[in-house]
Amino acid sequence: MNPLELARAQPGPAFTVTLDGREIEALPGQTIAAALWAAGVTSWRTTRGEGRPRGVFCGIGVCFDCLVTVNDRPNQRACLLPVQPGDAIRTQEGTGHED
Amino acid sequence: MRTELAVVGAGPAGLAASLAAAARGVHVTLIDAAEDAGGQFYRQPAAGLGARRPRALHHQWRTWERLRDGLAASSTVRHLTGHHVWCVERNSASSGASGRSERSAAFGVHALLGRFQDEPVTVHADAVLLATGGYEKVLPFPGWTLPGVVTAGGAQAMLKGGLVVPGRTAVVAGTGPLLLPVATGLAAAGVQVAALVESADPKGLVRRLPALAAKLPEAAGYASRLLRHRVPFMAGHTVVEAHGEDRLEAVTVAALDPAGRVRPGTGRRIPCDTLAVGHGMLPHTDLAETLGCRVDGVNVQVDDEQRTDVPGVWAAGETTGIGGAALALAEGHIAGRSIAARLQGTAPDPREWAAAASSRTRLRQFFAAVDSVCAPPAHWTEQVTDDTVVCRCEEVRAGTVREAVHGLGAGDLRTVKLLTRAGMGWCQGRVCGPAVAGLAGCDLTPTRRPFARPVPLGVLARTDHPAEADHTTEEGPS
Amino acid sequence: MNTRLTCDVVVIGAGMTGAACALYAARAGLDVTVVDRGPVAGGTTGAGEGNLLVSDKEPGAELELALLSNRLWAELAEETGERAETGRMIEYEAKGGLVVASSEQGLAALTDLAAGQRLAGVVAEQVPADRLRDLEPHLAPGLAGGVYYPQDSQVMPALAAAHLLRVSGARLLTGRTVTEVLRTADGSVRGIRTGHGDIHAPAVVNAAGTWGGEVAALAGVSLPVLPRRGFVLVTEPLPRRVRHKVYSADYVADVASDSASLQTSPVVEGTAAGPILIGASRERVGFDRSFSLPVVRALAEGAVRLFPFLSEVRALRTYAGFRPYMPDHLPAIGPDPRVPGLFHACGHEGAGIGLATGTGHLIAQALGGKAPETDLAPFRPDRFEEEAA
Repeated sequence: MNPLELARAQPGPAFTVTLDGREIEALPGQTIAAALWAAGVTSWRTTRGEGRPRGVFCGIGVCFDCLVTVNDRPNQRACLLPVQPGDAIRTQEGTGHED
Repeated sequence: MRTELAVVGAGPAGLAASLAAAARGVHVTLIDAAEDAGGQFYRQPAAGLGARRPRALHHQWRTWERLRDGLAASSTVRHLTGHHVWCVERNSASSGASGRSERSAAFGVHALLGRFQDEPVTVHADAVLLATGGYEKVLPFPGWTLPGVVTAGGAQAMLKGGLVVPGRTAVVAGTGPLLLPVATGLAAAGVQVAALVESADPKGLVRRLPALAAKLPEAAGYASRLLRHRVPFMAGHTVVEAHGEDRLEAVTVAALDPAGRVRPGTGRRIPCDTLAVGHGMLPHTDLAETLGCRVDGVNVQVDDEQRTDVPGVWAAGETTGIGGAALALAEGHIAGRSIAARLQGTAPDPREWAAAASSRTRLRQFFAAVDSVCAPPAHWTEQVTDDTVVCRCEEVRAGTVREAVHGLGAGDLRTVKLLTRAGMGWCQGRVCGPAVAGLAGCDLTPTRRPFARPVPLGVLARTDHPAEADHTTEEGPS
Repeated sequence: MNTRLTCDVVVIGAGMTGAACALYAARAGLDVTVVDRGPVAGGTTGAGEGNLLVSDKEPGAELELALLSNRLWAELAEETGERAETGRMIEYEAKGGLVVASSEQGLAALTDLAAGQRLAGVVAEQVPADRLRDLEPHLAPGLAGGVYYPQDSQVMPALAAAHLLRVSGARLLTGRTVTEVLRTADGSVRGIRTGHGDIHAPAVVNAAGTWGGEVAALAGVSLPVLPRRGFVLVTEPLPRRVRHKVYSADYVADVASDSASLQTSPVVEGTAAGPILIGASRERVGFDRSFSLPVVRALAEGAVRLFPFLSEVRALRTYAGFRPYMPDHLPAIGPDPRVPGLFHACGHEGAGIGLATGTGHLIAQALGGKAPETDLAPFRPDRFEEEAA
């Protein structure tokens, strides 16, 4: 049993997005975080103080641990942002801003 | 955009209130950040996932169907999805709920719209219901920042909304009534649940049986599911450490003595790639606090009609005190009826909601009993080593907090924040607040957060913001 | 009743000014007790940006005090405490200030101000329009020019107050409200009464900031300290994109204004911790803490005008504080001739963090009966009484 089977899901056609240039498949309606979990990825950010890895923690947009860069926009909450075809997702370091 | 009643939050409380007010002829705008109604409790799989059996993820499905169908059938509830409310502003010109005939609306509900939450929208309303729900409280322990450690509610939200699970083998731990559905939900979705670890003392559970009896059938249902999925239930235990380098590999679970201290030598290592952990819930009170509503402890204060002490502002559901979906429905219903009467300039008749009022009383008593049993271990701070990160955003360690308390004279959340940065980061202390309060030995008091979520400065700076545009045009239903 | 003196001096107020008074008094050999009804840095200190500015002051007594204070801050920063230099503990940063003018007219006024300041000993370097971006690469185009003030510095004010209090060795009693200033038959101060008992001392320093008028009233004298509300906006953490304290030349006029109505002029600065702080608004609305979205919108608008990149940057929080404002914009510093033994060190408006060291130093000299290094006449606490009479 997996969650899709449990809910008898018949998702729309999967599409491709990239994580740091690597192609991964995502399902319509998923958040960025859900797509990354489905691809087996559980961390996509390192902290600005100690460079420690982080991913989903609260899952509902409260904790901001899952911040990620999507289409050059840093510090997006992966657990809230719906994934769209062609999204360029990048792991982010530090503040997420370049300089 | 102008409405009579703006309801913030489309969970059980907000839905019940919207339907109750709309049934009495009120024009309602229901505003929520998610793409679908339901809130956290009735969070639905995204439409694109084509779930034909979403009820497999849920409890009390028939209630949800009633709410969902009621919303769909209503012509007077406008549901705004994807609206992230960051502030409710009280307009100084008018005075609230009886303001139907006044020239400008009493409140401006400011939201961010769009995929990247960068477009401003304002809804003007004569009355506001805050049904902003709650979020999970997690107390720190060594290793809790490792990827793979998620909140119990977070694991559930990702499962319900995205039909995904975080790993293959999970430990579900902490305390409170949320752990049971999370453990059974993950197990049903194919995750091997290696243990359900509840810190509450099993003897305490038995002692409170009379008060908890109402929920016994539900609890029995969970128990049989735990058995079916062969989930070991460890009451009177706690997770003392999460292990791993860059990812969770195992947790150590230990037994608690009756005083709530870890019994030395009882530690047991359980390999897992996921720890779903929670220590209860906290209400979202930011919007209420900024409006000036009285907040007692961590809960927005309301009267029997669910009115706050700010005229024109009602609150219902978790924001007035954690009590679950059924209580939220009762409170929402009462609020909706009260608002309808007050907007029409009449005093409501409480007999109209007698049934809801009696379930409100019963459920509040029930959750008081739950709270007295399902408390985190009394001495949890003893397990928090000085190098444990407490503030996840700013990476402030417990030792730094203790130093501010014992060396610099900080004795409250605000001073600890000023001296350590704990609570100054992205989450604004929502996550670390309970931990810092515990370490500092002070009460958890609500922090003032005028921005309920981050707001782009460009949005703030817009001089043509819709708030002002609408004031001069004076459109509206009445 | 125990009439034994418990200490030489009681300082009322555990904010920045109280901490500096405690430090310099203790260093002068006095036994000091600091009391506060709240926690350390619980008032205006905890709501400020930590400016140590010379740039925003016109030549005169306040600028002199600012120059003295800046020297003392620099000395303190170089001291080494138990574990690290004080400067690092309190996030001292001599980052310099850049004042920019948007019009030729504004630039002319700013250039005049700088000329006067130079005569008073301020280092002020004229920056032509085309060199502004050498100092601040992200500044908006089209500015007329500016003046760079390398002496402008910053500390993290709450940390500064807490560390100076600790370094002072003074006895710190927080959570104690002063209910009475005790006086002898001849009217001299003999201590204070709190909810937790009496503290006896022949000298009391009123460092209660915006609430200094209330403390003065307990001693039977009037001191017209009024609150002037300000909001600060704080952004998400960023790399160092704003290097100095950057503000519009309008700010100096706003600071000196006597108007009660709202004034905002953009003040933007990066911090060591990452977030950018945005000020500054001024309103006289009493102690009203309620959030004002229009004020915060005006702050954001001004900041985006100076630094267009900020438009995409998110604000995480905002908070209000109350500057202790006096009618002539000068603090009250020194002994109160109306009550022997009572000293005032309050009413610094928005400059209290910067002026704290000089104030503490001068108060310590006055407590020790020495001639103060700077003439205290402009800061005399009873100066308003004469005007009224």
